[in-house]
Amino acid sequence: MAAPEPLISVRNLVNRFGRQVVHDGLDLDVMRGEVLGIVGGSGSGKSVLVHTMLGLRRPTSGEILFEGKEISQMSEPELRAVKRRYGVTFQHGALFSALNVAANVQMPLREYLDLPNDVLDQIAMLRIRMVGLQPDAAGKLPSQLSGGMIKRAALARALALDPTLLFLDEPTAGLDPISAAAFDELVNYLRKSLKLTIVMVTHDLDTLFASCDRVAVLVDRKIIVDTLPGIVQNPHPWIREYFHGPRARAAQVTARQET
Amino acid sequence: MQSAGQAFASTCYDRHMPAATESTTLLAMETGAAGTTVALKGDWRLDNAGAIASVLADIGQRESGSAHLTVDFTGLATIDLPAAWLLVQRLDELRSRGVAVDMAAPVPEPFSFIEEITREQPAEVVSEGEVLPLIARTVAVIGRESVEQLHDARDALGYFGHVVHTGVQALGSLKRARLPAVVRQVYETGIQAVPIVSLIAFLISVIVAYLGADQLRQFGADIYTVDLVAVAVLRELGVLLTAIIVAGRSGSAFAAELGVMKLNEEVDALKSIGVNPFEVLVLPRLIGLVIAMPLLTIIADLMGLAGGAILTSLLLDIPFTQFLQRMQEILAPTTFWAGLVKAPVFAMLIAMVGTYRGMQVRDSSRELGRLTTVAVVQSIFLVILADAIFAVVFVEIDF
Repeated sequence: MAAPEPLISVRNLVNRFGRQVVHDGLDLDVMRGEVLGIVGGSGSGKSVLVHTMLGLRRPTSGEILFEGKEISQMSEPELRAVKRRYGVTFQHGALFSALNVAANVQMPLREYLDLPNDVLDQIAMLRIRMVGLQPDAAGKLPSQLSGGMIKRAALARALALDPTLLFLDEPTAGLDPISAAAFDELVNYLRKSLKLTIVMVTHDLDTLFASCDRVAVLVDRKIIVDTLPGIVQNPHPWIREYFHGPRARAAQVTARQET
Repeated sequence: MQSAGQAFASTCYDRHMPAATESTTLLAMETGAAGTTVALKGDWRLDNAGAIASVLADIGQRESGSAHLTVDFTGLATIDLPAAWLLVQRLDELRSRGVAVDMAAPVPEPFSFIEEITREQPAEVVSEGEVLPLIARTVAVIGRESVEQLHDARDALGYFGHVVHTGVQALGSLKRARLPAVVRQVYETGIQAVPIVSLIAFLISVIVAYLGADQLRQFGADIYTVDLVAVAVLRELGVLLTAIIVAGRSGSAFAAELGVMKLNEEVDALKSIGVNPFEVLVLPRLIGLVIAMPLLTIIADLMGLAGGAILTSLLLDIPFTQFLQRMQEILAPTTFWAGLVKAPVFAMLIAMVGTYRGMQVRDSSRELGRLTTVAVVQSIFLVILADAIFAVVFVEIDF
């Protein structure tokens, strides 16, 4: 690829569960400042790929390079420094159920920075406001939030430390279309103003068209990466079905009207 | 003029807080005829948030005299969103105190974003409610707790009724009795508990026999050790130890299993399918434990007697045959049953409390832990309370 240095690269990744091969020699580069969408059928290993990139899962073989450095070779402090620059939201939010939203957001801040409580409160409030939650959400427990609010609170926690690289796992699943569109807008803003690099697993075609620069499709245990116009023209049958199926047309029409 | 102001500010900060070198490079203040200019400098980043907060707090302190404040961003290297947010919060606070605040153009990018998010929803401060004096608060807490206890007792009674009702209904058909589930419960709560129940019953009766032998030998009444062990194990220890072990093993398991199912909305899923969760979740556990507990008690009795017999033969030279003979002489036919009849009652208490507390779990994993603990503590308490009642009743009716 001709573009400058990638922020995170996956080299020759193999993931195997018993006999089942999920990834077989997969390569992927995530460039600085881009929004990369990862799509793929159920069981194609999207979550496994993301978990491997996060260092939550040790691959069967292959390398994950963060700014050119292999993460499995890193020392404990180096790895911590890398993790500080990651922001992650999980599919079901994974908010700490015993803590209220503000405390959830403050958790990473407390872990990495030594700040007085009132500053923590203020920064937590910023994160809560910037993901579009009402200020009174700060004191609520995750069990008191709706599905959409949980997604937003999870995003607020992921953004707490101003990450360089943001992983979003199904960020708009479960949101109503209006909130989902607002979320796309938010992602676009964050990426521009905070110079964020975003990797998102999503099946929301609207999000894909609204936010993503490139799309990575997991098919046949490998990955096909291309720009949006490029990937739409890809002849692979699954990709054709994906982008030209009945649910895809409306999204494309809207996207074309916007451009 | 500006550089002079900066120099003034830096020296001031140096004198006030020599340790915080970062703060000297963060801002400079200069007071003129038109008001005060606050010039931001250096890196305003999340990593310095502590230092930033402390210099921001200083703005207000120094500007009590001035009614007009201008923020100048020209000297700034970087400012990120959290830092900008802290500044905006501070400026809003000053505005509310009547200080006029301006931001001199060019304003860095994060501020427009902050303006956007604050425009959408005006920040409203939710009032905390008035704080009551200590005595009133204490009374309020006691009152609230009492009412809660009453509600809890009422709910528990309702739960008991619900389970009995479901049980009576389920008696009608074999399918609704969920036999496979019951069998699994007997296996998990009964058969799997055999080793630990045996071991503990054996050891405790050894301890009792040892203590008894030691005391009774002083009167030459060695043989009464047999009486002591046999009566204690059969009437009380066998069943009580079993119940306590089962409460710890299975009562907690019931609460945790049902609690997790509640959290995963599995209980709601069952209801939505039209299946009565009491029938598939509570009754099998209850019936299973009611079957398993008496069987465990018999094993505990046997192991307890064995422990007593072994100890008396080693310590007091009372052979097995004599031990058995003595037991036959002194034991009333009801002694064994006086212990055993309590087993199903204890089993019901443990199963009821365990499943009830499990069903109460909602919202969070912390709640799950709390209620599991409550289930174990309460079931042990109820078992011992029930045992005391049995003891009194048995004495009264001469059982």
